[in-house]
Amino acid sequence: MAKANSDSDTETETDANAGNGGEHDGVRIDLISGERLDDLASMEKVRTILDGVRDGNIVVLEQGLSPDEESRLIEVTMSEIDPNEFTGIEIETYPRPDSGGGLFGRLMGRNDTAKLTVIGPADRIQTLHKDETLISALITRR
Amino acid sequence: MGLLTGLKKSLTQLFSGGATQRRIGIYGPPNAGKTTLANRISRDWTGDAVGPESHIPHETRRARRKENVEIKRNGKSVTIDVVDTPGVTTKVDYAEFMEHDMEKDDAVRRSREATEGVAEAMHWLREDIDGVIYVLDSADDPFTQVNTMLIGIIESRDIPVLIFANKTDLEEASVTRIANAFPQHETVPLSALHGSNMDEVYDKIAEYFG
Repeated sequence: MAKANSDSDTETETDANAGNGGEHDGVRIDLISGERLDDLASMEKVRTILDGVRDGNIVVLEQGLSPDEESRLIEVTMSEIDPNEFTGIEIETYPRPDSGGGLFGRLMGRNDTAKLTVIGPADRIQTLHKDETLISALITRR
Repeated sequence: MGLLTGLKKSLTQLFSGGATQRRIGIYGPPNAGKTTLANRISRDWTGDAVGPESHIPHETRRARRKENVEIKRNGKSVTIDVVDTPGVTTKVDYAEFMEHDMEKDDAVRRSREATEGVAEAMHWLREDIDGVIYVLDSADDPFTQVNTMLIGIIESRDIPVLIFANKTDLEEASVTRIANAFPQHETVPLSALHGSNMDEVYDKIAEYFG
């Protein structure tokens, strides 16, 4: 994140950064812990992510979303796309391992969602490379 | 097909008193050839098309259903509803449509319709689909986030899925690359445009969704 204006006091600086990072010439990255996300209902997770991304932030989830939450994230993202303001999201996670366990695997407590996930505005983030162990992304300023 | 999927299908048929008519959703990224495939299946078995095809992304912006498609294989018949869905994506930018010689107003309207269509397709997947044909362009990289997410969503709902590696007529096509991307599922190569390998396509549809 870019350095705050030198004439800002601490409170003002915090408020300015809390909005969209647009007060400063930089990109804000929110790293959300699995613990924090666990406390939220599915739609609260989707809302938290989209609010951050629509503010121009990059959101990194320590643990990813469940497939059902991913489905809702796509659906809500589509409903919020505005041709003049918001073109959608770019999202990357490491590939899930073979999930052939299906329902049985889930019943046995297998956690398919524990995948670091990077989400950002589609017009600001571009995936350069992705494989099973590395996600490389280019983030541009507005 | 998984044990639980087979069990669920058997129980459904038992309690419905015999063969059930299943809604099979054709899913995949934009421009994979979903509507071309839906039209090929529909024309082969009913004589009618499902919808218009185009090289411009998001030509299909509403889920379209062709009911009572009866597929006859090996002395048996399978009746399905084919649901052709808009290509799933996480972003839609009207500027991309303007690259296809579209005026801005038309491009904006098309992008709005496309976003509604994708949301609708996701809703269908959660609520109203009994089986999925996931169509991929064999010439494209299958290791995309949308493909990974969609297959994960389908698996999490325990819906039977077949992967169709379409456009095998293209020089750059690689069915192996697609099969390697989703080794947990059966991959069927085809060219919906030219109608190649359709016998195997119908055999697999009957086997998985009958």
